[in-house]
Amino acid sequence: MIRLENLTKIYSTGVVGRRGIVAVDSVSFKIKIGEIVSLVGESGSGKTTIGKLILRLIKPTSGKIYFLDREISSYKPLEYYRNVQGVFQDPFSSFNPIYKVDRIFENVNRYLLNLPRSEFWGKVEESLKSVGLNPRDVLGKYPHQMSGGQLQRTLIARALVIGAKFLVADEIISMLDASTRVDVLNILGDLRDSIGLGILFVTHDLSLGYYISDTTVIMYRGSVVEMGDTEKVFKNPVHPYTKMLLEAVPTFKKKWEPSKEMFKIESGSLIFRGGCKYYSRCPFRRDVCKEFDGNLSEVEENHWAACALFGR
Amino acid sequence: MDILKVNDLKVYYKTLRGSVKAIDGVTFTIRKGEVLGIAGESGCGKSTLVNFFVLPKEPMYHAGGSVILEDIDITKLSKNELRKIRYEKISIIPQYSMDALSPTKKIKVIIKDIIREHGKHVDHTLIEERLSMVNLSKKVLDMYPVELSGGMRQRATMVVSTLLNPKVLIADEITSALDVSTQKFVIEMLMGFMDRKIVDSMIFITHDLSILYQIATRVMVLYAGKVVEIGPMEEVIKSPVHPYTKALVYSLPEMNVRFKEKRLKGIPGHPPHLLNPPAGCRFHDRCPVARERCQEEEPPLVKVGEDHYVYCWEVKV
Amino acid sequence: MKEWLKKHDTIYFMLTNKRFVGGMIFIVAMVLIAILGPWLARLELNWYLEESGTKNLDPTANIGIPYSPPSSRHWLGTNSFGQDVFMQLVFGLRSSLLIGIIGGGLATLIGLIVGFVSGYSGGMMDELLMMLTNIMLVIPTMAVLIIIAAYLPYRGVLIESIIIGLTGWPWTARAVRSETLSLKSRDFVHLARISAVKPLRIIFGEIAPNMLSYVFMVFILQFGGSILAAVGLDFIGLGPTRGTSLGLMLQQAVLWNAIQLGMWWWIIPPGAIITAIVAALYTVNTGLDEAFNPKLREM
Repeated sequence: MIRLENLTKIYSTGVVGRRGIVAVDSVSFKIKIGEIVSLVGESGSGKTTIGKLILRLIKPTSGKIYFLDREISSYKPLEYYRNVQGVFQDPFSSFNPIYKVDRIFENVNRYLLNLPRSEFWGKVEESLKSVGLNPRDVLGKYPHQMSGGQLQRTLIARALVIGAKFLVADEIISMLDASTRVDVLNILGDLRDSIGLGILFVTHDLSLGYYISDTTVIMYRGSVVEMGDTEKVFKNPVHPYTKMLLEAVPTFKKKWEPSKEMFKIESGSLIFRGGCKYYSRCPFRRDVCKEFDGNLSEVEENHWAACALFGR
Repeated sequence: MDILKVNDLKVYYKTLRGSVKAIDGVTFTIRKGEVLGIAGESGCGKSTLVNFFVLPKEPMYHAGGSVILEDIDITKLSKNELRKIRYEKISIIPQYSMDALSPTKKIKVIIKDIIREHGKHVDHTLIEERLSMVNLSKKVLDMYPVELSGGMRQRATMVVSTLLNPKVLIADEITSALDVSTQKFVIEMLMGFMDRKIVDSMIFITHDLSILYQIATRVMVLYAGKVVEIGPMEEVIKSPVHPYTKALVYSLPEMNVRFKEKRLKGIPGHPPHLLNPPAGCRFHDRCPVARERCQEEEPPLVKVGEDHYVYCWEVKV
Repeated sequence: MKEWLKKHDTIYFMLTNKRFVGGMIFIVAMVLIAILGPWLARLELNWYLEESGTKNLDPTANIGIPYSPPSSRHWLGTNSFGQDVFMQLVFGLRSSLLIGIIGGGLATLIGLIVGFVSGYSGGMMDELLMMLTNIMLVIPTMAVLIIIAAYLPYRGVLIESIIIGLTGWPWTARAVRSETLSLKSRDFVHLARISAVKPLRIIFGEIAPNMLSYVFMVFILQFGGSILAAVGLDFIGLGPTRGTSLGLMLQQAVLWNAIQLGMWWWIIPPGAIITAIVAALYTVNTGLDEAFNPKLREM
């Protein structure tokens, strides 16, 4: 359904932009219809940038994004946003505090759907119910009168009203309380199963990705380092970064072992001189890694990793 | 040996519409050498507690109870007296490291100012030693906070906050803004401080129970301004007693469950507004086993194990 | 009533803030005096109207004995030409306040437009507009005003307001731009964009309303600034060619040695009123800041 091809985004710093920050570095992957892909990475990995690129909120520096085999830039806004929608991280920032919550739905009808009023609001009520909300608790209220969980569900309901086939969920539960997170996550899973909604689940939390997604893409400093079927990536990680992440996630199953990663004394900005990006922190690094081109190679069916030492 | 004894502490906020009862009768102790984890979600009162200990500000006010730090009741101290104990006896590492470091001063000036204010003398070798403990070079002393990366700032803040060897160190959600890899590293360093007895005891505040499991000796679960469960870390996680703790622990994915195999459940609803909290148990409207009594009367303290207590009506010993 | 106020707590805090209320009372009083000016003058100079038989009062007419101190016939005495100081004051107050509103309003309007467009568009447009703004900021406003004013064939209150408005906007533009930039990156703007909402509607529907309180405060500052700029121009002789204003009064008082001659009733009132108005405006602004910013509110 969605295909990224060598997608690159470079932010230029300064007026005459000599040095650029490479937020996304020639990333390519696919998302199938009715699939949940989790895009996992830490800060600076480029995952949020990819979400914004897919939503056409920013333009790529080079590379292409395809939706249903057509470049997304070729769609008119109306066409595109009827199919591709997004939900963002901060529920309270997603609503303009001076308006009632109804307004986001009003905008949808006015600019995207243009349905007769009663039909439209009927759909809204249905969608709200389908995400577990009572319409009376939502319509006519101001955002500050509702909880974060309710607001995020309302935003998902909005995407349903529009009839989106693909949703970019950018860290949508990281600002919610732990007790409400899993319920919102379950909604995503249900939508995938019931209406075949495709979802790009951007997150830094591996356990949530493991719970909900079919495919996992792991990013580090703008590049994909490992990706594939979620079960395979988690049970048989190949890239040292993936291994480090999995080991660093706190769980009730075991206590942490001391870090093997090399944390050097960092300078202000790490200038990337080529070779494997993870070199400076990798406990397994070798000289050959300095020449590595960052390409993915197949580990097993539906599982790829970008490591120079794979196979050794 | 008890370093900090909190007894029936009440801390409220003054607002136009009345008082918000953010902390409403909380009792616990911290012993030497232990890490007490305080877990809870938004609105449970954990930030209020922390801010009250270190820097009480309007519209927060002390509405009852005592906080005894090594024989001194700090609720009865004046602002000046409280200032003296800050950093020396009780210190805090705030969530956003930028809050702790003044952006217009070099790190070494920040350190010098604190030392001078408390009339102590700390020599250079000690400072450099602490810096190397968190893997920072002494070049950092000549830099401004804005020149350091997020992780470095957090570590610098840790050094500054522990310089005077406080008896109680409060770590307030220090990992929430960090990546998973930095998180582990920072916590490992924090434990290093405890191991070397630089810090006598620690309060670690977070909403993330899995992190607490890695470092806390005991854990206290707060809900809507009250304690619901307090006990040894292992016990509370492996066999939680209070319905809230149970529901919370079982709602975490924890890397070993998948949606298609087993659907986890959250806790529907949300915590009560603390302007006029309910008369009985504050969790009763979301509790799966609540009964009439829970709505009307506040639950009693029940001992359910060695050093393990719960506030609940529906618990049989 | 109290309940309604508590819900709209911003208004509550506005009305209970001593600085806001105190400042506003003074400003409103000044505005009232300005509006009622002619009638007040008639009240004062009733005797003159009867004696001379004229119908209309002209502040620049010499109607009394020059150099007279305040009396029941001339509430603030007369100046060196025999003009009634009180009448000049109330008429002058009118033109000063008018310049404040028109000049301040124009500057705010231009600053808003430039700031919004610059902040929202980004890219080249932003760079160009900011370059223009920075250039205008660097050029001393007074110098520009002097040059323009000196070349004008005729100077009236309206023209003066316009040129003050045209030179006073850069500061507002920068402030509006930075607010727009910060609001633009809020998620509700992103949400509006992925709902295919048109950009203009985003600016006016989503971003602008969130800046209302800010814009209001900016306008108050521009109002005060315009009055001061006008006083400056008047004082050096580039004020309105006809009529009177507070600045002109000051200019004449100084030129005609009011201080040396001990004519305190001529030189002190205009200066005091100007100072008091501007001070009241800043006080209102401080009060507003406290009301809008939850952290500064007194409980």
